[in-house]
Amino acid sequence: MIDAASSAAARVQLTSDGRLRHFIDIEGLPRELLTEILDTADSFRGVQDAQVKKVPLLRGRTVANLFFENSTRTRATFELAAKRLSADVLSLDIQTSSTAKGETLLDTLNNLEAMQADAFVVRHSDSGAAHFIASQVTPNVAIINAGDGRHAHPTQAMLDMLTIRRHKGAFENLKVAIIGDILHSRVARSQVLALNTLGVAEIRVIAPRTLLPVDVEDWRCQVFTRLQEGLEDADVVIALRLQKERMDGALLPSENEFYRHYGLTQESLAWAHPEAIVMHPGPINRGVEIESAVADGPQAVILDQVTNGIAVRMAVLSMAVSGQTQSRARQRAS
Amino acid sequence: MPLPDIPPLLDAMAADLETIIDEHDLDRQRLALVGIHTGGVWIADALQRRLPLPTPQGTLDIGFWRDDFGHQGLPETIRSSHLPFDVDDRDLVLVDDVVMSGRTIRAALNELFDYGRPRRVLLAALITLPGRELPIQPDVCGARLDLPAGERVKLSGPEPLSLSLVTQTREIS
Repeated sequence: MIDAASSAAARVQLTSDGRLRHFIDIEGLPRELLTEILDTADSFRGVQDAQVKKVPLLRGRTVANLFFENSTRTRATFELAAKRLSADVLSLDIQTSSTAKGETLLDTLNNLEAMQADAFVVRHSDSGAAHFIASQVTPNVAIINAGDGRHAHPTQAMLDMLTIRRHKGAFENLKVAIIGDILHSRVARSQVLALNTLGVAEIRVIAPRTLLPVDVEDWRCQVFTRLQEGLEDADVVIALRLQKERMDGALLPSENEFYRHYGLTQESLAWAHPEAIVMHPGPINRGVEIESAVADGPQAVILDQVTNGIAVRMAVLSMAVSGQTQSRARQRAS
Repeated sequence: MPLPDIPPLLDAMAADLETIIDEHDLDRQRLALVGIHTGGVWIADALQRRLPLPTPQGTLDIGFWRDDFGHQGLPETIRSSHLPFDVDDRDLVLVDDVVMSGRTIRAALNELFDYGRPRRVLLAALITLPGRELPIQPDVCGARLDLPAGERVKLSGPEPLSLSLVTQTREIS
């Protein structure tokens, strides 16, 4: 079942010779491809040393940012990534009523395709939106998933992988702990998939039972409900944002209660390896999931994650547009 | 056809560069070599040892600056470029192994100018082949070869450096 799902996901995302043409989900992507994304992103990090932090790769191409859901950091870094590739960038804030959503989405996409956009960066509150667009609506435009519902946030996962690799080197012997609101987190799901694909020895998720998804046992990771046990000797500690806006039931007694048991504080961080790095996808709720002294402390690499985010988004945009270009060239030739 | 032995070519290139440095009164303290990945970096290394220059050599990977992205897409491996010096107002020698169409050098010049405004850029190549598609000529050249149609020359290295003939597979070098 998992194999069937992952091969379907791979089919949509890859060209016939295995190159990226959409980037929708980590699921189904081979380790070599994830490594290629990280290597390409590393090279783009090098470009940031130049006075002119741009490369001409996507000159004359158009990237449309389609954000059906709010975002500041992801949207800004995607925009900057596309601009640093010299693409023309169109950023649309699309407000949709729930009834008109389907029709509006199709109309918008068809119009943008008619304007000859080369890539769509899509954020949507519905799980599967990016996959739907790539498979059913505009398969010849490179679709980059910038977060869909609770499903996936693959560029966030890859910028986290780049941050881990740049600080910790090889993945094989690492212990990585992810703490907090796993239930609502598309980031956590994508991270666990990427960490497994890259061969991390020990992946742990730590959360109260009410904030764990029901299928977490199938995630190929260890599950902890006690912070101390989960943090023991971890090399990488990732705190997730408590997604209050997605909580419609009584999942938590209170924020204070959560902080007391699961907050990443100087005291709880001491359970991890002394050289552990601390990550957070942002935005940070200080005093809710992480203490300010930790977020601003010497072990935090949270701002580095933001810088790496630009490089990773440059990598997947250029790789996916490249894959689409080659597919078209092959179609013309045959 | 017999391909030339590389060390004598490097000696000749180093001597020619010395002559140019004297003729143009270049500032040896600020002169820097910039090798183009991968072969050009090996050649720049070898020249650096022969010339002794105080400035460490730079390296360029022109993968993101190529003009064939629309046809070929991204090359499979792209390394980070590394220029361990301020480019502004400096004399630079761009070094590559083989110059044929001139398109790699065009891309390298564009990339170089994103790092600053050099005072002067010279070009040194181990081998030049006919087939220029741009008005670009090396200032220093180890050997000019004429190859049969469809044949190309490939540099292997870094230790030892050697040349071999290969059948052409791609249009742009």
